[in-house]
Amino acid sequence: MTCPMLSISDLHATIGGKEILKGLDLQVPAGEVHAIMGPNGAGKSTLSYVLTGRDGYEVTKGQVKLDGEDLLALSPDQRAAKGVFLSFQYPLEIPGVPALTFVRTALNAQRRSRGEAEASAPEFLKLARGAATALKMDFDMLKRALNVGFSGGEKKRMEILQMAMLKPRFAILDETDSGLDIDALKIVADGVNALRGPDRSMLVITHYQRLLDYIRPNRVHVLSGGRIVDSGGPELALELERAGYDKYASAA
Amino acid sequence: MAAATKTVDQVAALESYEHGFVTDIDQEFAPKGLNADIVRFISAKKQEPQWMLDWRLEAFERWLAMDEPDWAKVSFPKIDYQDAFYYAAPKAKDGPKSLDEVDPELLAVYAKLGIPLKEQEVLAGVEGAPRYAVDAVFDSVSVVTTFKKELAEAGIIFCPMSEAIRDHGELVRKYLASVVPVSDNYFACLNSAVFSDGSFVYVPPGVRCPMELSTYFRINAENSGQFERTLIIADKGAYVSYLEGCTAPMRDENQLHAAVVELVLLDDAEIKYSTVQNWYPGDPATGKGGIYNFVTKRADCRGDRSKVSWTQVETGSAITWKYPSCVLRGEGSSGEFYSIAITNGRQQADTGTKMIHLGANTRSRIISKGISAGRSSNTYRGLVSAHPKAKGARNFTQCDSLLIGKTCAAHTVPYVEARNGQCVFEHEATTTKLSEDQLFYAMQRGLSQEEAVQLLVNGFVRDVLQQLPMEFAVEAQKLVAISLEGSVG
Repeated sequence: MTCPMLSISDLHATIGGKEILKGLDLQVPAGEVHAIMGPNGAGKSTLSYVLTGRDGYEVTKGQVKLDGEDLLALSPDQRAAKGVFLSFQYPLEIPGVPALTFVRTALNAQRRSRGEAEASAPEFLKLARGAATALKMDFDMLKRALNVGFSGGEKKRMEILQMAMLKPRFAILDETDSGLDIDALKIVADGVNALRGPDRSMLVITHYQRLLDYIRPNRVHVLSGGRIVDSGGPELALELERAGYDKYASAA
Repeated sequence: MAAATKTVDQVAALESYEHGFVTDIDQEFAPKGLNADIVRFISAKKQEPQWMLDWRLEAFERWLAMDEPDWAKVSFPKIDYQDAFYYAAPKAKDGPKSLDEVDPELLAVYAKLGIPLKEQEVLAGVEGAPRYAVDAVFDSVSVVTTFKKELAEAGIIFCPMSEAIRDHGELVRKYLASVVPVSDNYFACLNSAVFSDGSFVYVPPGVRCPMELSTYFRINAENSGQFERTLIIADKGAYVSYLEGCTAPMRDENQLHAAVVELVLLDDAEIKYSTVQNWYPGDPATGKGGIYNFVTKRADCRGDRSKVSWTQVETGSAITWKYPSCVLRGEGSSGEFYSIAITNGRQQADTGTKMIHLGANTRSRIISKGISAGRSSNTYRGLVSAHPKAKGARNFTQCDSLLIGKTCAAHTVPYVEARNGQCVFEHEATTTKLSEDQLFYAMQRGLSQEEAVQLLVNGFVRDVLQQLPMEFAVEAQKLVAISLEGSVG
């Protein structure tokens, strides 16, 4: 049996002393896309921040391994260099820093950290143009300060564009569907699907089944009360859409 | 392991002010202290004419009757003006005439600082790269000025102030102190009495200076003050871009740098004046040592449609007290002030500008970016005023402050006065804290904490960096990064 790409066992995490994750177990094999669904306050965003190493999220117990390596021992930038990527629910605005500069700095920082050569200017521009075309984004937009004055949908598209350029090994999409109209949703989903491959896994966090019509997950997990309380195939998402999360409330 | 090494490197970087080295060079000093004889000594050393000595002595008399200003938001122990040397110069036979005669030790200093003093080196650079002429001032004297001959062919005078007093006395007499009067303020008055060297520039009518001019100030001697005096005159329709840079060794005692810079602009003239100030800021933990940078800079747009632009990147000095100003006298003249002031450790900065609108339809623009980190204090102090005749005056001011950490302070003190009803003044100000969310966002993408801070700060100051000549913008960007090393975490 092959070891899963991401392996989370008995994960407990607190924010400001309050326990949010209470013994979470999850395994995502290489090449698979797993969805995490659950009611508000279940700990979905907390999970994404714990996996990426945000300050203030304290792991009190349990472990997280990426390709067999202890992820929790690494700083956020080291995790990024290992290939962990988070598409933010609320992408940040970075005044005065053009999107191209931002992504190039990030890409080169990751490459340096991995002991690889930095991207040359022509190589980088080619990459950026390709990604922008695939996501139907105006290339001039990448010359503007990152996310400043962008609409919600544009910001989400910019997240996926960064993902396409950084080519992460393990991507977390935190409510990427929120704020997107149906056309933008299709474009973003196409972008995500284009990145699926045997060497890349994804964790798709969402409230709604809608996104999963476009990004078909291999597995669906229900997160409630800080634990995975149910897992199943894509049909589980449809079931949740119909019945809601009520039946898990007591389990939590 | 790796993390530990990194921490050690970071601490080392924190303690290393890159330009903090001292050069052991044979120097001569004036006797310590300040009195009329010292003023005579300096004047004699510079072989000045009698009128200059009389002017200095009069300034000294006035200075004795003045009090040190105390309105700025800075605090420091009382300066003992008798406990310093007012003249320090590398020993030389008779003032260097050509580069070959300059002490190799001195040339090595400038090579170490990355200042090109050999013209052929500049020429040998990348084809099409902009050239710039340098006047190198070491403590109290100018040691060398490059490209003088080529500039002279265009009719431009670019030389040390002491030389200008001897060789271009009429021009100096006409314009010296015509922008900053002798008794304008305490430090300017002190400067008038004891100023040592600085640059003199005259660009004749209709001439566009073919290269960037720059002066590089270096304080080396212990216990000495530096009193630079710079005068730039752009005659009708002339254009010149000028840059000054400054560094000093790391020393435990405070040293005074009290400069006066005067710019004169006649009709349709334009001057771009850029400063990259990186004096030793003192020890970041204890606040010991560092330069007191008390500077008076003013431009007089006396010609119609003349245009002046001040750009400053202030990263060094223990204390900065400086307000590059524009007197907009000529009709339709305009003034700009772009500033980045960074304070870290125990630094204090009280800086800003004055835009004095005297003529009709004058315009001014102020973009100030203050960044405070460590236990520092950073104040923007500015004045925009329109006099009764300045009908149609316009000003736009934007003051942004960025705070890094919890122990620093930022203050904004804008004065605005309109003495006629036909002017439009706009003022925008923001204060933000470097956001944890933005930092995390950048780090999630792979940037280290230091890199993330640098990227965000460079974004914050971008509007101003764009105003600097290209090659200096790159330098300034690096300087911004170095100044903020170790400011987070």
